[in-house]
Order: sequence, then structure tokens, then C-alpha cells
Amino acid sequence: MLRACLRGANATARNNCRRNPLTSVQHCRHYTAGETSGATKVVAAGLLTVSSGIGGTILYAKWDHKFRAAVEKNVPYSDLLFSLALGPSSQEGLPIKKQVKLAIVVRCVFVTFLYCYGVCFENEVAFCVYMFALEECKECHDHKDTPVTAVVHPNTESPVAMEPLKERPVEEVAARLAQQDQEEQDILASVSASLEESLASSAKTTLQAIGAQEAALQAITQHTHKLKEAMEAEKSAQWKDLEAALANRTCAMNDASTALLKANETLGSLKSVIDKSKGLNIAAVHPLVLAAEENLHNMIVDLDKVVTKVQSAESEAKIVSQYSELVNEAKQQFQREVSSLTPEIQANWKGLTGKLSADDLNALIAHAHRRIDQLNRELAEQRVREQIHIDAALEQQKLEDQKALEKAVNTTLQHVKEEARLEQERKLGELREVMEAEMRTQLRRQAAAHTDHVQDVLKVQEHELRAEAEQVLSSKMLEQETRYRQLNQEQLDNFTLDMNTAYARLKGMEEAIDSHVVAEEEARKAHQLWLSVEALNYTLKTTDSDLPTIPLKSAAEAVRDSCHDNDFALALASALPEESLHRGVYSEASLRARFNSLRSLARRVALIDESHNSLYQYFLSYLQAALLFEDEQKAPPTQLSREDLDPFKLLSYASYCLEHGDLELAAKLVNQLRGETRRVVEDWLTEARLTLETRQVVSLLSAYANAVGLGTTQAP
Amino acid sequence: MAEEHGRKWDRCLADTAVKTVTGLGVGIVFSVLLFKRRTWPVAFGSGLGVGMGYTNCQNDFRLPYLIHGRMVKDQ
Repeated sequence: MLRACLRGANATARNNCRRNPLTSVQHCRHYTAGETSGATKVVAAGLLTVSSGIGGTILYAKWDHKFRAAVEKNVPYSDLLFSLALGPSSQEGLPIKKQVKLAIVVRCVFVTFLYCYGVCFENEVAFCVYMFALEECKECHDHKDTPVTAVVHPNTESPVAMEPLKERPVEEVAARLAQQDQEEQDILASVSASLEESLASSAKTTLQAIGAQEAALQAITQHTHKLKEAMEAEKSAQWKDLEAALANRTCAMNDASTALLKANETLGSLKSVIDKSKGLNIAAVHPLVLAAEENLHNMIVDLDKVVTKVQSAESEAKIVSQYSELVNEAKQQFQREVSSLTPEIQANWKGLTGKLSADDLNALIAHAHRRIDQLNRELAEQRVREQIHIDAALEQQKLEDQKALEKAVNTTLQHVKEEARLEQERKLGELREVMEAEMRTQLRRQAAAHTDHVQDVLKVQEHELRAEAEQVLSSKMLEQETRYRQLNQEQLDNFTLDMNTAYARLKGMEEAIDSHVVAEEEARKAHQLWLSVEALNYTLKTTDSDLPTIPLKSAAEAVRDSCHDNDFALALASALPEESLHRGVYSEASLRARFNSLRSLARRVALIDESHNSLYQYFLSYLQAALLFEDEQKAPPTQLSREDLDPFKLLSYASYCLEHGDLELAAKLVNQLRGETRRVVEDWLTEARLTLETRQVVSLLSAYANAVGLGTTQAP
Repeated sequence: MAEEHGRKWDRCLADTAVKTVTGLGVGIVFSVLLFKRRTWPVAFGSGLGVGMGYTNCQNDFRLPYLIHGRMVKDQ
């Protein structure tokens, strides 16, 4: 394209150059060169811009359909270009999806960019954003899918979900509630029974254990007391007592331990029962459970107290026993020493004061002195080591005390915790009760509102239903009524119809009879009429050649008399012309004769018409009549033409008709005459008319009479 | 009407004759008395008479519905 434009530019430049050859070639060349380069540059740049613009538009339109549509709309003929370059624009079938895809693509791009950024720069923020973006991507992917699935699912779920939402009937609900209540009651009863049982048993055992422990405690204290006493007093009875007490103590302790074990067992079972009943999660059980727990706790506390008491007593007793053991040990040792020294002397040397010898006594005293020294030494040593011993003992005691303290603290802590928990449970129970009560009131209120609403709705429904029912009722009633009325009407109509038919028949019969009579009368009258008409007809024939008939008056009178109730005949009878009545009419023959005589005269004045006629015209017409010869008689054509209206012809036609007895046609033909001829034959015409009239009336009358007569004749 | 025609002619002719003769007579009189026995008044008079008669006749024929009255003397 560039080359083409270059060539074009060159061509134009050359033309320019050729146009002004006077300028120097160099100039021209310079000019052309400059111009060529400049023009080429400009043209090339412009073309480049335009082509790049178009190409860019096309490419962008390929990518963005909206842009393409906008361009097509705004720029005319761009759609052609686009269809050429890109093919027809695809319809926006799935624009949303495409947009979403686009959005997703953009987002993913953004995400990857962020990831890269985060990775490159180890930016936590970028990572967070990336994760968020990923999440969003995932979300949007999911959302893209879920709407589709969610659209599908509700359609399937909704019909399914419809069913469980159906309200259960009241009885079922009530039954269920009752059942639930019953179950609750049962469970409650069972639970309370079990709890009570276990409580009772545990209480018993605990009490037993406590008793045993106390007994043990007592025994222990007694034992220690006895021990102390025995140590101090050193009597044999006391030793026995001590042994007894020891035995008692051990027995009691065993008892106590077994009782404790049993109590623990029962407490454990009680706890399990409590836990089980707690697991049932029924509201009414809670106070029982709570009480049971409290009892349990108390029992445990008491038991623990007693156990601690026993333990403290035990420890005391242990100390005392240790002391006593030490003392015994010392005593034993002394005894052994003494026995070793003086083997003869047995135990219970106190009673042997007289038996001992001086050596023995000295030995004994020396031993005693030695022992005393030893003891003094030991004592001194002990005094020296007193502090250390005390410290150690203190430490030991501290440790023991600490242990005991810890144990006591733990137990008290547990007890406190337990108490707190129980308190909490109690409070919870109370709160629950309060809430329950409140909920009950709210529910009651709601129920009340619901009942009100239901009542209102029911009222409205009742109203509507009543109106509907009434409407239906009224319509049905109306239908029934109309049907009843219809049936009634039908019946009536049928009856009327029957009655009418019967009546009609009766009437018919009557009429038939009357008509018979009437017909007889009519026949008679017709006969009469006929006779009178015949008479009239006869009178027409009574003519001489030139004289009219006798006046038809009488005959007409007769006719009128015979038909005075018959309008047609009357009309006809009165239609007879006056002249015929008074004067009579001429016969056809006379008219014929007259015509023949008239004819010559008519011929003579044939040329005279209505205009101003002079005598000369008369003379001419006379001449014409003399000179013109026509047929005497000529048959008239069926249709008269202009030539046939010539008087001579007409006269000949009329003569022919008259000769052949057609007076009417003759009169018609004569009627066509004009002018003087007409005036001449006017009289004749009048007469002819009269005759014709009379004859017509008479013929009508006779026809009528004949018809009437025929009509009245009874067919065989 | 035919008779009327004949009657008309009769009348006409009679009238013309009378007029002609009368004119002739008057012409003769005038010719004798005034015009020294010249022929022309006679011709003139007769012509006058004929003409009057002719015109009368013509008029009579032209106006057929004109009724000619007749004086009836009561006897």
C-alpha cells in the first residue's frame, strides 16, 4: 500500500512537474523530490494511522463483543467490515457465564500475581491476600456451581420438604404429648425410685460406715487412751484391756474399712445412677438428681470427715503405738539386759525384791549405773542432737503435715468444688424452673394469641363458607324453581295446544258447514251473475249497422243487482263507461265502415301537422293524397319503426286489422296518427275506445262469472 | 270530426267566395267612382277579398278548437 501510494505520489508529482515545464528541472526535481518525500510521508503516516486504527478496532472487536456492537451501531457499514474480517457476530448466548469466566480469569491472574509477589518478596500481607483471593476463587467457583445445583436441588427438595411440614393432627399431637408426658412420668417415677433406693441404700451404708468409723474412732481413741494409761500405769489388767481394746480396735477398723468399702460402692452406684438419670435429660428429674447429688455430697463429706478423723486418730494412735512400742522395746531390752545379767530372774521382777542377792543386786546396780551412764550419755547425745532430731522430726512432721494438708486441701477443694457445682446446679435448676415458668407463660400467651387468631380465621372462613353455601343453595333453588316453572309451562302449553287443536277442529267443522252453505249461496249468486252477464253480452250484439246498441243501462243494473256484494263485479259493473250505459256502443262493423269512409279524409289531410299550416299545405296534402298510392290493407309488423309512423301506412295497417277483426290493434295504430289526421279520426277513436272498453268489461265480467260459476261447482 | 272538416271547408269556401265577390264589387265601385274605370281596383278588391278569405280559411284551419258561435234568434 505504501508502495502504491508512493507510486501515486510520484505520478502526481510528475504530473505537476509536467504541468510547469518552464521551471528548471532541478527546481522541479527538488520540488518534486521534496514534495514527494513530504507528501509521501504525510500520506504514509495517515494511511498507517488509519490502517492501524482499523486493525486495532477489529482486533478489539473480536475480543469484546460489546464494543463490536457499539461500533456497529454507531458507525455505518462497520458491520459489513466486521463480518468480512471476523465472521458474523455471535449472539450473546451465555454472556453471564462469559463475564463470570472473565472475572474468574482476572481474579486468578491477580491471585497468581499476588502469589508471585508474595513469593518474590516474602510479603506476608501478599500471602494473606493471596490466600484470601484463593478462598474467594474457590468460593466463586463453588458459588458458580452451587447456584446451578442449588437451583436443581430446591426443586427436588421442596416437594420432599413439603411433606414433613404438614401439621400433625391435633389428636396425634395430643397423643404424642400425652405419651411423652406418660413416658416422662414413668421415667421420673423409675428414676426417682431408683434414686431413692440407691440413696437409701447409700445412706444406710454411709451411716453404717460412719457408725463403723466412729466406732473405730472410738475404739482407736480408747485404745490409745488405754495404751497411754497402760504405759503410765503398767498393770497387767490394763494390758489385757489393751489387748482387748486392740482387738476391738482392729475389729472395729476392719468393720469400718468394710463398711467404708461398701459405702463407697453404694456411693459409686448412686453416682452412676445419678449420672444415668442426668443423661436422660428430663427437666422433672433435675431436682431429684440435684437432691440426690447433694445427699451424695453430704454423705461423701461426712464420710471423708469421719475418715479423716479416723485417720488422724490413727496417726495419733500410730504415734502413741510407736511410742509404746519404743517403750516396750526398751522394756524388752531392759528385761533382756536384766535377764542377761540375772538369768534367773524372770519377768515381773518387781515382786522379787527379797530374792535377789547382794551380787546380783550389785551387778544390777552396776548394770543400772552403767545403764544410767549410757542413758546419760545417750541423753547428752540426744540433747546435742536434739535440735537436729527436732529439726528432722519437724521436717518429717512438716512433710507429713504438708501431705496431710495437701490431702486435706485436696479433699476440701474437692468438697468445695462439689459444693460449688451443686450450688451451680441448684441455681441452674432454679433458673431453669424460672425460665420454664416464663416460657410457659409466653407459650400460653402465644397459644392464646394463636387461638384468637385461629378463632378469627375460623370466623372469617365460616362466613365465607356460609356465603358460598348460601349462594349454591340459592342457585340450586333457582334452578329447581325454573325447572318447575318450565315443566308447569310445558304442561300448560301442551294443554293449551290440545285445546286449541280441538277448538280449531270444531271451528273447522263449523266453518266447513258454513262454507257449504255459503258456497251454495255463492253458487246461486254466481248463476245469477252469469245469467245477467250473459244478458249484458247479448245486448252488445243488438246493433244495426250504423246505430249504436241499446243503452246497456238496464243490463248493467241487472248485473249490479246480481252482484251487489261482490266488489270485483261491482267495480267492473261500475267501470262500464257512461256513454255505453246511456247511449250504447257502436258495433265493430259500423266502426269498420266508418273507418273506411274516414280513411280517405285522413289521407287528404296527411301532410297537415300541428304547426302553422297554410292552405298551401292543404293543397299539397291534397295533391299527395291524390298522387300517393298505398296498399289497401297491409299487415302491420310486430314492431313499429320510424318509417311505419307514416299516416298512409298506419291507415293501411289499421284497415288490415279491422278487416281481420282486431279493433284493438287498429285503434292502437290509429292512435299513432298525429296532426290533422289525428283530429279527423279522433271521434272514431273515441268510439272505438268506448266499444273496446265496454267489450273488455263485459268479457271480464263474463269471465269472472264463468270463473265464479266454475268455482262454486262442487267437484264430484 | 270528419264532418267538421267538411263543414270547415264549406264554410271556408263560402266565406272566400263571399269575400272575393265583395271585394270585386267594392273594387268595381271604387274603380268606377274614384279611379276612372281602371282595372287595378277591381283586381285589388278581388285580390283583397281572396286574400282575406284565404287568411280566414287558414286561420280557421289552424285554430281548430275555436268554436264558431251562432246567434240564435229567439223566435
